[in-house]
Amino acid sequence: MAGLAAIFGSGAMTNSIREIEGMEIIFIIGSNTKETHPVIANCMIKAYRKGAKIIVADPRRVPMVKFAEVFLKLRPGTDIALLNGMAHVIVKEGLQNDEFIREKTEGFDAWKSSLEEFTPAKTEQITGIPKADIIKAAKMYGRSRKAGVFYTMGITQHTCGTDNVRTIANLATLTGNIGREFTGVNPLRGQNNVQGASDAACLPNVFPGYQKVDLPEVRRKFEQAWGVPLPPKRGLYATEMMTAAVDGSLKALYIMGENPVITDPNQHHTIKALENLEFLVVQDIFMTETACHAHVVLPAACSFEKEGTFSNTERRVQRVRRAVSPPGDARDDLSIIMDLSRAMGYPMDYRSPEQVLEEFGRLWPALAGITYDRIKSRGIAWPCPSKEHPGTEFLYKDGFAKKIPFMPIAFNPPAEGVCENYPFVLTTGRNLFQYHSGSMSRRVEAIEKHAGEAYIELNPADGEKIGIANGDMVRVRSRRGDVTIRARFTRRISAGTVFIPMHYREAAANVLTNDALDPDVMIPEFKVCAVDILPMEKMAAEKPRPA
Amino acid sequence: MVSLTINNKKVSVPEDSTILEAANRNGIKVPTLCHHPQLTPFGGCRLCVVSVKGMPKPVASCTTTVSEGMEVATSTPEIENFRKLVLELILSDHPNDCMTCEATGSCALQELAYAYGVKGQEYAGERRVYAKRDGNPFIERDMEKCILCGRCVKVCDEVQGVEAIDFTYRGFRSKICPSYEDDLDCEFCGQCVSVCPTGALTGKQWARKGRYEGVREVDTTCPYCGTGCTLTAHVKGNEIVRVSSKPWSPNEGWLCVKGRFGYKFVNSPDRLTKPLIRRASGEFEETSWTAALEYTAAWFKKIREQHGADAIGGLSSARCTNEENYLFQKFIRAGVGTNNVDHCARL
Repeated sequence: MAGLAAIFGSGAMTNSIREIEGMEIIFIIGSNTKETHPVIANCMIKAYRKGAKIIVADPRRVPMVKFAEVFLKLRPGTDIALLNGMAHVIVKEGLQNDEFIREKTEGFDAWKSSLEEFTPAKTEQITGIPKADIIKAAKMYGRSRKAGVFYTMGITQHTCGTDNVRTIANLATLTGNIGREFTGVNPLRGQNNVQGASDAACLPNVFPGYQKVDLPEVRRKFEQAWGVPLPPKRGLYATEMMTAAVDGSLKALYIMGENPVITDPNQHHTIKALENLEFLVVQDIFMTETACHAHVVLPAACSFEKEGTFSNTERRVQRVRRAVSPPGDARDDLSIIMDLSRAMGYPMDYRSPEQVLEEFGRLWPALAGITYDRIKSRGIAWPCPSKEHPGTEFLYKDGFAKKIPFMPIAFNPPAEGVCENYPFVLTTGRNLFQYHSGSMSRRVEAIEKHAGEAYIELNPADGEKIGIANGDMVRVRSRRGDVTIRARFTRRISAGTVFIPMHYREAAANVLTNDALDPDVMIPEFKVCAVDILPMEKMAAEKPRPA
Repeated sequence: MVSLTINNKKVSVPEDSTILEAANRNGIKVPTLCHHPQLTPFGGCRLCVVSVKGMPKPVASCTTTVSEGMEVATSTPEIENFRKLVLELILSDHPNDCMTCEATGSCALQELAYAYGVKGQEYAGERRVYAKRDGNPFIERDMEKCILCGRCVKVCDEVQGVEAIDFTYRGFRSKICPSYEDDLDCEFCGQCVSVCPTGALTGKQWARKGRYEGVREVDTTCPYCGTGCTLTAHVKGNEIVRVSSKPWSPNEGWLCVKGRFGYKFVNSPDRLTKPLIRRASGEFEETSWTAALEYTAAWFKKIREQHGADAIGGLSSARCTNEENYLFQKFIRAGVGTNNVDHCARL
């Protein structure tokens, strides 16, 4: 997100979901859209029925491949090579948008020469994709002026996540596929209100509306609005907080509705961090794996029990309504925060959630025109600066704040490569039925009955090599830990690569994953780490004998 | 635009419109069963037949496109008799168990039988008998109630792109099922359930939870992924008894398995209901809100005094609302005094 914001001005999806059906080319990279955003996949299928061509790039034969004109089955962590390779072809074929490059961008020539080395042959060698497919995909994207790129964590959850995003932006800039209807760059948000939590500035470096904390005039504005002096330096990112808790510089943590024990990389490190805190308060709807480590647990209302708004992946602010009342003494988060703040000597009194949104809108013009009354039946996408403004479906209609920079990006392999002891690449993600840490979906009996067991996907050839049958239990270990899990043979994954869904606490993928971080935005490399897989008998034989 | 008359009323509609679309657009209601406005026309049920001047036989209005000067009658004694006959035939092989049927109150067949006063006894005879044996936990398939309208087949193919089911066999033995008549094993999005005009397809979790008596509908936004589908929670008492979505929502009424069937966590017995404080023994003990919040505030204040505000951090949630997230960071920044606030965007 930070990567995209630095280039175009905003980190959000540049198109709306509605525009998908008007696209000619849909390029899906690092997104298992059919399983993680099923209803957006429906829009893509609608576009496909109207003649749109789909390109899918993924280490696994994900369900959207069924609709793809070209499927680019790349090795995990080689996205930069693929995208640079495609740009190389587009430039060689002269398919770039010269007018757009001339008027809206800078640094084209230097960037162009950085592409020289990414010939189709070299790209094939790095990514494992046949060069004919790379050329075909590049020509399809390069020729179209109504082409949307869609990506999720398959792009961002790498040590080179920001660079991955930059190479996507380069490709869109090269062809001018941005700033118009039906064309753009679209990070699909994985959670109901990631967009909103970011907009509201649950981020250590910005105030609401991405206004930087280290700019004095910005800080003055918020100090005036909130009536207290505010700290001038950026705070710690979530991943840094865990490290600070381990080294003892962070003493207390207030966690609202998060389950880092399951969702953060390197679970042992996370638990150590939480156990090392002097005081941990967790506010949640369930006794999560994280809440188990707390000193105080506060029972919260879930989204069906309160009023408010969520901002979806296309920046659309939509109503959340109370359908039932919360169980027992559980309360909505808003009233809990207000009471806690009062007890801390900083009273915040709002009569309704709408008053909070109004204050938010006064401090961030993009939300100024959105009121509960206006979004009664249909949400409005920001920017919406006034009560008369209809909202904004696609971004940059009126151009960009500054020239778009082309950025030369070198290909670097993932932080952890395979070796003799850890010969498989593990990649992680979600499946269709479960959701994230599973605290909600795993408490739905039907879902749990159908998809309640953890599994590792691996190619049958790898299974044979290890000496196991489909359905056997195996032990998977990395440098950070090990899990016992059922093997699921599938040809949708290439030999040498394996996949574990992140949802299952009893065989948590994040026991294994690498907590190496992207240096720009501190995102961990969930998508690539090296593991070994052992059959259970071999594991028993390997146990040290008693002396 | 094409001009024609429907029931002697002059109307003008876009080219390529069907007669049914032309009628609907002008407020003229034509009964249908297999037609669904978001799916391609099928022309299977023959309920939408109309008479067109110059054509020897009634035509299905859902598959016949309009032409200039066409004269259409949507309701004549002959046509109404024909519709009644179609309904009699459908109901002759339908378990008329509306008393216990999950679809009662929202069943298109029931409404038409009511409107035409058809009981289905005129042609009573052999019935299709199918054993219910589907092991999946999401979708109940009662194929004896299936009227073979084909909406489920079309939605699964055209909207979902899955093609999990299709027509099989012929004539009286026709039925809709997965390949090899296996159990359903698909994405379980429930799109088929949402377009089924009868009680043939329903949600397993809905059974006997509530149909329409005392059921309220509340429109809200799905709590799972970032697509932000508009959901309608059907609520009875203090329990969500089913979830649906309206066709005019941004997601056009389509949902996924989590959105449609993943609401049961709300009433889970695992829900936290009381504030808890960990005692010296290491056990959690239930406490009051006042005690829990004062205890928390005292700890935060103590740490702030001893180590400064930057020794405190807050992790907010992409699951919470905009308002809660705004207030959370305001509390951490202005109430505690640190910028140590983040959420799980990257995780």
